[in-house]
Amino acid sequence: MNFLTETVAWLLDPANWAGDGGIPTRLAQHLIFTVVTLLVSFAIAVPAGFAIGHTGRGRSVAVATSGALRAIPTLGLLTLVALWVGIGLNAPFVALTVLAIPPLLAGAYTGFEAIDRKIIDAARAVGMSEAQILIKVELPLGLPLLIGGLRSATLQVVATATLAAYIADFGLGRYLFEGLRTRDYGQMLGGSILVIILAIVLEGVFALAQKLVVPRGVTAGRPTDIRNGSSRSRAVMELSIEEGK
Amino acid sequence: MTWIWSNLDLIWDRTLDHLVLSVPSILLSFAIALPLGWLAHRYRASRAVILTSVGLLYAIPSLPLFIVLPFIVGTSIRSPLNLIIALTLYGVALMVRVVADGLSSVDRDVQQSATAVGFSGWTVFWQVELPLAGPVLLAGLRVVAVSTVSLATVGAVIGAQSLGSLFTDGIQRGIQAEIIAGIIATVVLALALDAALVLLGRVLMPWTRPSATGVAARIQPDVVEADR
Repeated sequence: MNFLTETVAWLLDPANWAGDGGIPTRLAQHLIFTVVTLLVSFAIAVPAGFAIGHTGRGRSVAVATSGALRAIPTLGLLTLVALWVGIGLNAPFVALTVLAIPPLLAGAYTGFEAIDRKIIDAARAVGMSEAQILIKVELPLGLPLLIGGLRSATLQVVATATLAAYIADFGLGRYLFEGLRTRDYGQMLGGSILVIILAIVLEGVFALAQKLVVPRGVTAGRPTDIRNGSSRSRAVMELSIEEGK
Repeated sequence: MTWIWSNLDLIWDRTLDHLVLSVPSILLSFAIALPLGWLAHRYRASRAVILTSVGLLYAIPSLPLFIVLPFIVGTSIRSPLNLIIALTLYGVALMVRVVADGLSSVDRDVQQSATAVGFSGWTVFWQVELPLAGPVLLAGLRVVAVSTVSLATVGAVIGAQSLGSLFTDGIQRGIQAEIIAGIIATVVLALALDAALVLLGRVLMPWTRPSATGVAARIQPDVVEADR
């Protein structure tokens, strides 16, 4: 249990909580980087996803692109972009923006697709304009799945930002690589634990957000037991994947 | 391009390393997820516990897990075994939910009919529920295969050899062709394993073919990947 004491000692050492290489600074770098990357991906993927979900056009293109993007190994994309644009923050920024697009895009259009077509037809029948249908019907009903996409994207970016410390001097991942290089078990385990805690906290926050954004009327009308009836497609829809962590 | 031609041996060796990491992980995760998924499907109490745990497990980023795991299970950080355990954990995390949902998707009437004609609980599972959940399980396993192959490359940064080693070596030596070769080889390997699973599915579940347009359209991996 020597490693454990080393890890606790590293985590509790005041020297690790101060200055440029301190835990608060690294954590802030990690979070700011994650948020900025997600905002850019969001701005690209979500309007496109809404357009696909609303019109029903371009779905196959989106699926094919997302599939291809997902199959690409994160580390490969990261190192390739780093060779092109040089060591530093630009490479992980570009690579992670690209990686966060598929889950956000999927979250946006599947959210719209999961809505019962009768609801859309009813909205149109009572005289709502297309814009109103989008904002007042599709957006709130599709929100849980969109948040789900955001959850996948966030976890993926947080995980990959750790990996990005391999090519850039930033974020919590730095502790992992620094610890590995110098065989400092306290640092590598302490850093790992910090990243794991961060990921689990974010997972919890999103899980909660996903529950909160379900409109009240929807929960009231929802079947309580999913075993009622054989809804195979529904079962499959519920799975998510965050690849290339 | 010349780099690729003169290093085909290296790419092949790393591909084999990669297979050694990913294939056992995929098979193990299926074997472990099956009983866990059944438990999650069968009892309401275990469902919440199991699904929450695998959700949290899946939230753990891979690199920290690769580093922390050896100190918990006592493997060496660079050993393939360490990576196989970690990749299996991720596979299980993905697959348990699929197994639970797949089993839950089997029509209750069919299950009760099987019981009515005299199937025991054990045979209902193996001969009725499992085959009927088959297409869903296959779709999930395909996602597990592709994600495992992709994730295995991450091990390269801690020194475990795989196709990912082509990325780390490529960036250290500034060889763009090496990284591109690694990406292509990883994608091809993922597609090959995916195709192998589809083939296996056709052999084991011949009845899914006639309605390929109906069933397959609904179990496309992109739908599976869509969201939780």
